[in-house]
Amino acid sequence: MKVKLIGFIALIICVITISCQSEDQLEFKRYYIGGQLLYQQKCQNCHAAKGEGLSSLIPPLTDTAYLKKNKANLACIVKYGIKETIITVNGKSYEGAMPATDLSPVEIAKILTYVGNSFGNKMGTITSDITEADLQKCK
Amino acid sequence: MRKLTGIIVLIILYSACKFNTNDGPKLPIYGNRDAVTKTVNGKEVTDTVYQTIPDFKFINQYGDSISNKSLNGNIYVADFFFTTCPSICPIMHRNMLKVYDEFKNVSDFKIISHTIDPKHDTVAVLKKYADKLGIKGNAWWLLQGNKEATYELGQKSYLVAVKQDDGTPGGYVHQGWFVLIDKQKRIRGYYDGTDEKQVTKLIGDIKILRTESNTAIAQ
Repeated sequence: MKVKLIGFIALIICVITISCQSEDQLEFKRYYIGGQLLYQQKCQNCHAAKGEGLSSLIPPLTDTAYLKKNKANLACIVKYGIKETIITVNGKSYEGAMPATDLSPVEIAKILTYVGNSFGNKMGTITSDITEADLQKCK
Repeated sequence: MRKLTGIIVLIILYSACKFNTNDGPKLPIYGNRDAVTKTVNGKEVTDTVYQTIPDFKFINQYGDSISNKSLNGNIYVADFFFTTCPSICPIMHRNMLKVYDEFKNVSDFKIISHTIDPKHDTVAVLKKYADKLGIKGNAWWLLQGNKEATYELGQKSYLVAVKQDDGTPGGYVHQGWFVLIDKQKRIRGYYDGTDEKQVTKLIGDIKILRTESNTAIAQ
């Protein structure tokens, strides 16, 4: 009897953890897959299919350290673009403008989740709540 | 016996056909064409005259004057772009780099990219763009010059759409065509420069065209 009870409780715990995990995973997948499509439409022309950019003209998205360091600023970059400033990515400097977009916070969150978990990056889900909060702080 | 004769006739016919076709694939010739009848040595001869790229004069990224004559003896690929283009240009030139890498050391091949925004894309801007793109030497020229002349060349000679439109991102309408021109300055192919597969086909077609023109010279 006791063994059965312990087994049953263990089973319930297992089911709860798995379902919770998969809910997180589902959310991640929703963001990631949506982001992949948006990336192809809005970003890929310049930043390329593997995030490699273009020579010294357009910076790659493969600099994991750069993305981590500027995590809170990424939403602002996607939304408002970059004006003629020099940025250093992968130890190489890039200058030029990145155009602004008319994407919603949810769409930006999806793109960031896709980019943040592709090309060698592992940043987890970047939700629309995080993105919205970050967008409030844009300079 | 009759059957045998029939077979022999068939074989002869077949080999005659085969003899007439040149070896290897051939590329089509595009553009408008005219039938011109001339009198040569008292005989009337009708010839097909294909559209060719007319003379032009632009300046490349080094500040050198470049005319149609500078391309004599070359197979070349032409496209239209501008350095501040936010839409299709980066992907076009990412793909064009593959063509450049394949043929940069070939003496009878060139790439020319006409800027459709010469006001912004000065020689200095083009040089900087070339440096950042990582292109050197004279295999790939970025050409700059009179805007109307550039547009006319695009629309009437290369037969691609180029125009200014402040309503589109970046302010210009243009298509991402790579146009392949042979040594006789005839149009031999159109390739969507934003499509990796078509650019791979372009690289193959350049190789075909090079064998074609080399055998033509040998004859």
